[in-house]
Amino acid sequence: MIQSFRLESGGLINRDKKISFKFNGKNYYGYEGDTLASALIANGVHLIGRSFKYHRPRGFFGVGVDEPYAIVQLYRNGETEPNIKATEQELFEGLEAKSVNCWPSVNFDVGAINNFLKIFLPAGFYYKTFMWPKSFWYKIYEPFIRRAAGLGTASIKHDKERYEHKYEYCDVLITGSGPSGLASAYSAAKNGAKVILAEDKSRFGGTLLTSEVNIGNQSGKEWADSIISELKEMPNVTVKNRSQVFGYYDHNMLVMSERISDHLPKTKKFHPKQRLWYIRAKEVLISSGSIERPIVFGNNDTPGVMLSSAAKEYMKVYGVLVGKKPLVFTNNDSGYETAIEFKKNGINPIILDTRKEPQSEIIEEAKNMNINIKNSYVVVAAQGYKKVKSADIAKISDNKEELGSIENIECDCICVSGFWTPTIHLASQSGNKTKFNEDIDAFVPGISKQNEKTLGAANGIYTLEETLKDSFEKGNQISKEITNNDNKVSFPNVVEKKSTVHDKFWCVPLPKGKNYKRFLDFQNDVAVSDIEIALKEGYRSIEHVKRYTTLGMATDQGKTSNLNGLQLVSKIENKVVPAVGHTTFRPPYSPVSIGAIVGREVGKHSKPTRKSPMHSWHEKNNAVFVDAGVWLRPRYYKRGEENLFEASKREAKNVRTNVGVCDVTTLGKIDIKGPDAAELLNRVYTNAWLKLPVGKARYGVMLREDGIVMDDGTTTRISENHYHMTTTTAQAANVLSHLEYYLQLVWPELNVNVVSTTEQWAGAAIAGPKSREVLRKLFPKSDVTNEGLPFMGYMEGDLFGVKAKIFRISFSGELAYEVNVESDNGYFMWKKIIEVGEEFGIQPYGTEALSTLRIEMGHVAGSELDGRTIPYDNSLEGLLSKKKDFIGKRSLSRKAFAAEDRQKIVGVVPLDKKTSIPEGSHLVKDSNAPLPNPKLGYISASCWSVEHDNPFSLAILKDGKNMIGEKLFVMSPLKNKVIPVEIVSSHYVDPKGERVRS
Amino acid sequence: MLHIKCPHCGMRSQNEFSYGGDATVKRPELGKEISDQDWDNFVYNRKSLRGKHWEFWQHLSGCRQWIKVQRDTATHEIFKTLKANEEIS
Repeated sequence: MIQSFRLESGGLINRDKKISFKFNGKNYYGYEGDTLASALIANGVHLIGRSFKYHRPRGFFGVGVDEPYAIVQLYRNGETEPNIKATEQELFEGLEAKSVNCWPSVNFDVGAINNFLKIFLPAGFYYKTFMWPKSFWYKIYEPFIRRAAGLGTASIKHDKERYEHKYEYCDVLITGSGPSGLASAYSAAKNGAKVILAEDKSRFGGTLLTSEVNIGNQSGKEWADSIISELKEMPNVTVKNRSQVFGYYDHNMLVMSERISDHLPKTKKFHPKQRLWYIRAKEVLISSGSIERPIVFGNNDTPGVMLSSAAKEYMKVYGVLVGKKPLVFTNNDSGYETAIEFKKNGINPIILDTRKEPQSEIIEEAKNMNINIKNSYVVVAAQGYKKVKSADIAKISDNKEELGSIENIECDCICVSGFWTPTIHLASQSGNKTKFNEDIDAFVPGISKQNEKTLGAANGIYTLEETLKDSFEKGNQISKEITNNDNKVSFPNVVEKKSTVHDKFWCVPLPKGKNYKRFLDFQNDVAVSDIEIALKEGYRSIEHVKRYTTLGMATDQGKTSNLNGLQLVSKIENKVVPAVGHTTFRPPYSPVSIGAIVGREVGKHSKPTRKSPMHSWHEKNNAVFVDAGVWLRPRYYKRGEENLFEASKREAKNVRTNVGVCDVTTLGKIDIKGPDAAELLNRVYTNAWLKLPVGKARYGVMLREDGIVMDDGTTTRISENHYHMTTTTAQAANVLSHLEYYLQLVWPELNVNVVSTTEQWAGAAIAGPKSREVLRKLFPKSDVTNEGLPFMGYMEGDLFGVKAKIFRISFSGELAYEVNVESDNGYFMWKKIIEVGEEFGIQPYGTEALSTLRIEMGHVAGSELDGRTIPYDNSLEGLLSKKKDFIGKRSLSRKAFAAEDRQKIVGVVPLDKKTSIPEGSHLVKDSNAPLPNPKLGYISASCWSVEHDNPFSLAILKDGKNMIGEKLFVMSPLKNKVIPVEIVSSHYVDPKGERVRS
Repeated sequence: MLHIKCPHCGMRSQNEFSYGGDATVKRPELGKEISDQDWDNFVYNRKSLRGKHWEFWQHLSGCRQWIKVQRDTATHEIFKTLKANEEIS
């Protein structure tokens, strides 16, 4: 296909390299250096999608990040991405894109009926209509709205691309490489400051690429190129293109997304697709420039209506004509530059200038080129549905309220310029109190809150000479304060054409009897009439108007719509714009892909994986693993065709009858040393610790200040001033912080040191009636008899040449020991245990069997110590010392905690002794009671009791102490189960605790 | 993300720290009689000030020291940081 709108020559594209791409299934060609937008326009494609609400035809309005609606669904290397701006997507070989928000096709869209029914879709339509009946919401309204208003379609496939994060510090971060960015970067760099210069586009230079200026006898582009190449050579400067600084956060932290591979057909090997930079800058220079403002007129969203600066950039950068019969509609001199560019390329534009008799160098030049200029003229409405075919124009009175007779002139595009709006998003995000500048009818940054300064057009400075002067100076000044160097940069001679004042005209009145839609917000389909309705209905605050009408919301963040919206509100409300104020600019300035935000922290990498030193043994022996916090623990060891239930039953049974071994390396371990160690334990544990002898362990419970159980575990006195504390796997980090809190902030006088040793020790629990036999074989030299190593005893031993700590403690309720060796010897220890235990029928057991054993024994764990229970609830009140104070004790005397019918742990057995009880089920008295059925308690943990061979659960039950023997119902609405049960003691096995002492 | 000056380690990013609540609250002495009201004030009742506020932070992924930070709760400006044993003046 011929690129019928491509100029013969010119532009910054590489005409030697043709690139083929597909749009809506059709093949086209463009050139290297094109964007999808410029290539489509070159091919005469102006219809790209349908609008958000009314499904009106949509073309191109801008040329880059300013584009509000030309978004596509992109296909690249087998992946798809929604909501890509065609104006930002660089062309690559094989690119495929499709229109979004149209069905069945962009040319014939059923949803466009909304356009003809638009009387039914005014501001707040959704709020008003879809309120009633309530039952319609989920099934009818929401799916309908979602389909009708949907933008692109997110891929549901796993994203194979790699995204990276990078943290960076710098002296000066400069956001934008236009004239102000280049000048300030240059002088800051010359002072030796560490500079990062970020440019959103692929090409550096900003407006220098499109303006007719001369700097130091070079064109704007030549000057930009020379500065960039010099900056790139400097070791203290990082220059990044395709990098958008999109958010300004606290303490001068800015976030930038770098699009590394999006412009390539395929990401290179070992390269990320995108990189997110977290930049902590000492100083930030915002050089984000300005965006041209539209003038509001009838049907101003018709494809072919475009910003005049965009039309100029398509010609100068891409060598593309946006139309061959252009109309330039302007209230300032910028439109003339676009018209002159058209004329230079052999096209005859017509200029409609709202001003009466403007005079300036640029206007003079246009006149000299014989460009048709109509003063005091406006475009009343664009005509044409899928593309501008003509324009209704009229003379406008001096007071800008009366329209003359309407004339219709043929045209194929309307290039509109309503002056310039500084891009103040970053400054506003930083907390800068912006102020209104009457001269340019726009907000500019005011008093800085953080270390930021705004330069050039972003600060409302619209002449090149002033911009460069100011930027060279600011760059020098702020870097001087950081580096103490003062290398003055000589200021180049600047030649630019002088312009005259703009006309503060922004909205064309409706002609009599016509009801054209005049759009303010092109992305969200908000028209003048919508704002009028919102104000009529009583919305006053600009923030409310925004939410009611969706003006300036979503990914566009009001880039082209914000000020015109404010103008309208201020006009209707008869207030000045600064009194109306602007809505909050929120990050991101421009959409950022979720992948970039998540970075490498996906799937298994979202958190670290910790493995015990015995992990490879578990793997070799068919362990099925489970995530326990960040640890991977064996859940069960699969034998043959066994399932979880069968395997855990076998493992637990073997512990009760023979002996089992469990990897308990994951338990938190804290080493406590110092003369006041016992005193610390006595204060943080609820029971007494001062008299624990050396070589003895004790079980302890820790509370929070509010009386809730925080953690439990055993602590062993290794020597006079040395203790070894264990915590649950989940609470290990919190307990250490808790101890540090009290030692450093509350009792600094205590002479104690605490340190985590979780990873230094590998642990194995050997449990079962034959565990002593195993221990004897492991430690032939030690006296491990009941007298030599009694329950809660501790000793050190020699495990085939390896130093080991032996604790006689039990979680399973059986005679049991825990052996710890240094982590490096963990695998060796485990192998030896398995080896010597073989003759006693030892089997490894996983967390499922571990749970079974503790549940039927009535030992509490994480599911009971869930941050809602006090010691009494867990039948741990016997561990509360009456003689001393401890953390959280005072809270236990609060009324609710001391109530007579306080909840308490109980055992639950189904009456049929067969039906398993789902965890989390509720206990009720009457299963047929009307809803809401009073809930008496909940099931905290369930197992199949291997001792009794029937299901058994633990529950936290109201007035639990008086409920033993009661018959209740377990209800699980989730599983649709009602199970009659009997309440029994939580100690279902060995209630007297004889086995652990045997 | 805040930039917090650890008095032991220097300027570090917020993700190395964890927040620890109001630093002006003093734990009542152990073993001393205390009214329900005073105890509730210690455990639960906080002013949730807008403006300058002394708070505890722990340099969790650094030196593990608890520190005191004076921060503006509205603007996030940090005025001063102190070691655990330095008194708030």
